[in-house]
Order: sequence, then C-alpha cells, then structure tokens
Amino acid sequence: MKLVENNLSKHTFTHLDALESESIHIMREVAAECKNPALLFSGGKDSIVMLRLAEKAFRPAKFPFPLVHIDTEHNFPEVIATRDKLAKDLGERLIVRSLEDSIARGTIVIKDESKPRNPFQSVTLLETIAEFGFDACMGGARRDEEKARAKERIFSFRDEFGQWDPKNQRPELWDTYNTRVHAGENIRVFPISNWTETDIWEYIGREKLHIPSIYFAHEREVIRRGGNVIPVSHLVQPKPGEKVEIATVRFRTVGDMTCTAPVESAARTVDEIIAETATTRITERGATRMDDQTSDASMELRKKEGYF
Amino acid sequence: MNTTTQLLRFITAGSVDDGKSTLIGRLLHDSKSIFEDQFSAISKTSEKRGMAAVDLSLLTDGLQAEREQGITIDVAYRYFATPKRKFIIGDTPGHEQYTRNMVTAASTANLVVILIDARKGVLTQTRRHTYLASLVGVPHIVLAVNKMDMVDYAQARFDEIVAEYKAFAAQLNLHDVTFIPLSALNGDMVVDRGDNLDWYQGPALLELLENIEIEHDVNTSDFRFPVQWVCRPQSEKYHDFRGFAGRIEAGEVSVGDEVTVLPSGRTTTVKQIVTYDGNLQTAFAPQSVTLTLADEIDISRGDMLVRSSAHPPQVEKEFEATLCWLSEAPLDKNRKYLVKHTTRTAKALFQRLDYRVDVNTLQQHAADKLQMNEIARVSIKTQQALVFDRYDIDRATGSFIVIDEATNNTVAAGMIA
Ligand SMILES: Nc1nc2c(ncn2[C@@H]2O[C@H](COP(=O)(O)OP(=O)(O)O)[C@@H](O)[C@H]2O)c(=O)[nH]1
Repeated sequence: MKLVENNLSKHTFTHLDALESESIHIMREVAAECKNPALLFSGGKDSIVMLRLAEKAFRPAKFPFPLVHIDTEHNFPEVIATRDKLAKDLGERLIVRSLEDSIARGTIVIKDESKPRNPFQSVTLLETIAEFGFDACMGGARRDEEKARAKERIFSFRDEFGQWDPKNQRPELWDTYNTRVHAGENIRVFPISNWTETDIWEYIGREKLHIPSIYFAHEREVIRRGGNVIPVSHLVQPKPGEKVEIATVRFRTVGDMTCTAPVESAARTVDEIIAETATTRITERGATRMDDQTSDASMELRKKEGYF
Repeated sequence: MNTTTQLLRFITAGSVDDGKSTLIGRLLHDSKSIFEDQFSAISKTSEKRGMAAVDLSLLTDGLQAEREQGITIDVAYRYFATPKRKFIIGDTPGHEQYTRNMVTAASTANLVVILIDARKGVLTQTRRHTYLASLVGVPHIVLAVNKMDMVDYAQARFDEIVAEYKAFAAQLNLHDVTFIPLSALNGDMVVDRGDNLDWYQGPALLELLENIEIEHDVNTSDFRFPVQWVCRPQSEKYHDFRGFAGRIEAGEVSVGDEVTVLPSGRTTTVKQIVTYDGNLQTAFAPQSVTLTLADEIDISRGDMLVRSSAHPPQVEKEFEATLCWLSEAPLDKNRKYLVKHTTRTAKALFQRLDYRVDVNTLQQHAADKLQMNEIARVSIKTQQALVFDRYDIDRATGSFIVIDEATNNTVAAGMIA
C-alpha cells in the first residue's frame, strides 16, 4: 500500500485539524461506550460534516450506528435529496421517522399548517428514541449558535422525559467523558460543539463536501414579511397585498421551510461563502431562524422540553 | 483566515466584579467578533437598565436562571478568531463556592487569565485561582491587573501588585507567568494598546494570546496511545483487517516502531498508520488515527500502546492522587466508585485521605471527610491496573474522573501524583 506523506507537522497542525481530531475522539467514545447509539442526520451542512467525521472515525469499517432523521415534512426537497443520496453513497443505514406518524398517532396536534413544526420535533424524536431504544443520539449542534448552547456539555444528559436541566449537568473534565446512563435515560452528544460557522465552511471547502444546492446563491421567489425574507413554497403563499419578488439568495441554515429565511447573497462557491461569513455581522440563527427570535430565552425553553 | 491558524483554549478567573465579563466583551468587541444582532440585543438591555454606555459584560450572560439571579453559575464557552488564531474561552464564575467550575474549565485550557482589581491588589481569591491553575497544570498564566484607570494608570501600583504576586507565587510550581496592566472598560492594553499605559513595554493581552507558544503544552517525547475502539470491518475486502483506533495523547509514532501493549507487556511493531485520508509514515499527538500491528496479540479498549524505548508509564493498582470533589454528596470511604482513566474504567476504593489542602492558604490539614469544592491527597486502589504517568508529566495519562455508580454523576476530578 502506498504511503501518504503526513503533510501535517506539529507546526502546521491547524485549528481545523485540532477540531477534527477532537470530534473523531468523541464519536469513538460514543461507539465504544454506548450500547445503542444513533447519529441524527438531516442533510444540512452541519450533519454532512458529521458524516465525514464519522467516516474518518470508523473507516474502513461501517458506522457502528444508524443515521436517523426526524422529518418535519417541512423540509426543502434539495435537502431531502441530499440526505438520501449521501446515505446511499456511504452504504449506511438511514432511519426516517416523520412528524406525520406522530400526528396520525395523535401525539402531535397541528393547529395551523403554515406554522413552523420545529417545536414538535422533540415529540417524534423521543418516540423514535423509545422505538429503537437508543441510549445516545449524536447531533450536529454547535455552541456558537446561541447563548443557551454556550453552556451545553459535549455529553449532555437527559432524563427519562428527555428533559435537559441546566442546573444538573455533569462537569466535563479534560477529554474524559462520562457516558453512563440508567435504563430509559439518554444522552445527547455534540461532537462538533467547539466548531463555529466559519470552521464548518472551511471544512466543507477543505474536504470538498457535497452540500444541498440551496446553500449557494440562487434565484428564488420570496416575500417580505415583518422584516424577514420568506421563501414562497406550497406551505407559504403570499397573503393578500404581499408581493412575490425574485431575489438572489442563499440559505445559511436549512430547517423548516416556513421559518427559515434566506439571506440575500451572490456567493456561489464555498470560498465566496467563507469570505461573506467573515464579514457578516449577524449570527447564523439571528439571521435565519424566526422561531428563535420570539424571546431571548426561547431556545432554552425548547431545550428543556427535549428539543435537541 | 489562512490555513495555519492554531487553536488556543483559555479561561478567565477573577472575583465577582473584577471585570471578567467586561474583559471578554471587550476582547470580542475590539477584535470585531460581535455580531450586530448580539450587539443590538445588549444595547437594548443596557438602555432598559438605564446605563449610559453599552454594557459589554452582558455578552457573556447565559441562561435564564442566571439572568434572574444576576450571576453566572456555570462554565460557558465562547469563540472568536483573529487571522492568527482561533480562540475558545471558558468563562468561569468567580463566586466563592465554585472551585469545581474553575477546575473543570481549566482542565482543557492552555492558558488562564487571572484578573485583579488594581485598587484591591492580590486577594485571597487571586491566591486560590493561582493555586487551582497550578494544580490543574495550566501551562501559561496571565495576571491581568484590571481597572488601571481607577488608579491613575500608575506604574508604581502595578509594580507593587506584581511584586506581591511574585512573592506568593514562588511557593507554587508555575512555568510561565506574564503580567499585563489594563482597563477592560476603556480598552487599554486589551486589543489596542491605548494611550494611557505608555510605560508598559510588554504585549497587550490579545497580542500575547495570538503569539504565545503552545506547541510544547503536550508531552512531545513519550508515545502514549490509549486504545479507544477496535476496528474490524468484517467485509470481504478488509477480511483480516484489525485496527486499533484512538488518539495519540503524547509523543509520536512511525511505521516500524516497536511498541509495547500495556498492561500485558507484549511487544510488537507498528505495521500501518491508517487514516481516512491515506496511510501515514508518522503520526503525532493529538492526531486521531488507527494502527495495525505486525503480530496478532490480544488488545482491547482500555489497553495502552507505548513506544518501547521511551520512559515507560507506571502500571499499578494502587496509587496516590490529588482529588477535587465536585459533587454535593461528600466522599464516602466505605463505598466503591468508578474511576475512568483514559479509555479504561475500573472500580475503585479510596483507602486513605492523607490530607486536605486549604485552597486559600495552601495549608495542609488532617481530614476524614471530603466535600464539594474541597481538594485532598488520597490513596486509591483500583480493581484492574491502570496505565498512567504522573499528572505533571502528562495531563492526558495522569488524569481521571470519578463516577458514582448509583447516580452516574461525575463526582470528582483526579490528578495522579
Ligand atoms: N473603571 C473600571 N471599571 C471596570 C473595568 N472593568 C470592569 N469595570 C466595571 O466593574 C464592574 C464589574 O464588571 P464585570 O465585568 O461585570 O465583572 P465580573 O463580575 O468579573 O464579570 C462593572 O460595573 C464594570 O463596568 C475597568 O477596567 N475600569
């Protein structure tokens, strides 16, 4: 077998190398210590980075866990297509559970179809955890996303109800992670906790990762509503008096179609996005997630209810 | 950002009101790491509270419960970057009873910034923070003498504080201490040098953070590789593949090196260093890799591979350690706990409490109890042998956590003596 030069030296071991090695270490701890883990995978950019990290952690073997997607059915079709293609190309098992299943069971009651479904995701997630008996779910959340996440542990403990108690978190020392749970309890693990939005983009560029096309600038029908740019879709139609315009936009996050606002941008490549991110003065969530703007503490409340 | 940006982790420590939050806010603001929406949120809050200027300390304000109490109660992590480095700040509270938070945040830090109020000088808390930093082996310490504006930016006052601190610090094993006079409020010597401290020749805080040498913060000579996960693809192509996945915690390794498997003591040589990006000739800490070996010997998670020629680690069931107790339930010497050390978890008994250290005076006291936020020297016996180095030689192979099996909580942090 041919050897590759280790073109990293101690002097060129960059922040991305350090973050990558840390994330691999975390994923391997999960694989080794948890009985029945899963990797939450949405087809968004952070979870695509997670997949590459899992390849780095476990190849040439298969992943020692399935990929799981909690589908709101409010997703952009490009994202779902990427999700399916990546899982297939990697030859890994993908489990999809839909909010529609919970709606059919009556555990979720939807009053207004045009409203974001994010608040309900936790219900289906907890039902899926129970169905498969997962004791650990890895997710691609980052601490730089939002204030309440800044204090989140890498291994974040949840009680039987999936609840997160900010006052009752285990201290996390060195890189020695406590993965233990009692039956019925569960941990959420965030291997890319220490990555920032810029790190993610730099890594996507470095690893040449395939991400959904809507992350890059494209033309799209939008309406302007309450200071936000909203993509027109089968779920969001203009109200009387609202004007549909064509704008050149890209998405910084790709969640629920009804509450994910694109930003006006001409960035068509990863490098252009990195350049733009470096000068952007609005946080990723602040720019694109209308559901987090409601109150300063809205993320924290949702986390307590078992949202990721 | 260029491709050789390094990562530096640091924490801030200081008593309440010494200006920690203001300093972090100032660092973020002046290095242009604050986003517009964050800034407008804190501007609004400042205005609501009737403040004349924007209170930068609000930036590091976190959870709802804390907002209600008006204090920081936990460790929060912040991120910012300059073209030279990316920084992770562990924001730790200065409250009396929160030794555990500082120990937690310090455990992964390259550097600690200890704040002093120039009017107050070296306080009991300063001594405690310095002791904890030395206990946890944080490689670099910055003593930031804040609020210099309140003492007319006087060099004499700064010199006085430096002398006082040095006298005290002489009893501790500190490797690298830098003293910086600054005003977090006005921004002098934080990112910009300002006009008020011309007598000071050393680096401003950010300049120091960007340039301080951190390559030698890990042990670079003795190869240590705790086996994390055994890679057995069980596919046709990789039928006989048996790789040992883990992170190199210290030193480096090359193909052909003779390695010893501990605790068994068997030796073999490294056949391949496998990574997703191709096989390597040499790998070093802290890379995560997968090793294949020339001989088929029994190796599993919890074993450690070390280079045969280097200083061997110790392989023992009984050892001494300094323990920082983190849990509300005190240590119960009659109970068994779990010790997680590198990738090995073993049942453990705390046989003897040798003495307790008063974190304020550094005095040793006889002890038969160990409670939250207390630090003690203990003798430990584990069911299986652990493979370790002294903590002062290697933070990764000299540290462990203690888990209470009944609650699964992490109840203590240990450093092997
Ligand atoms: N005059 C002066 N006041 C400061 C300075 N730094 C912080 N302060 C003030 O000291 C008080 C406490 O600061 P804060 O950052 O909240 O302290 P913390 O409790 O350590 O986080 C606030 O009123 C700050 O405005 C400084 O350099 N000079």
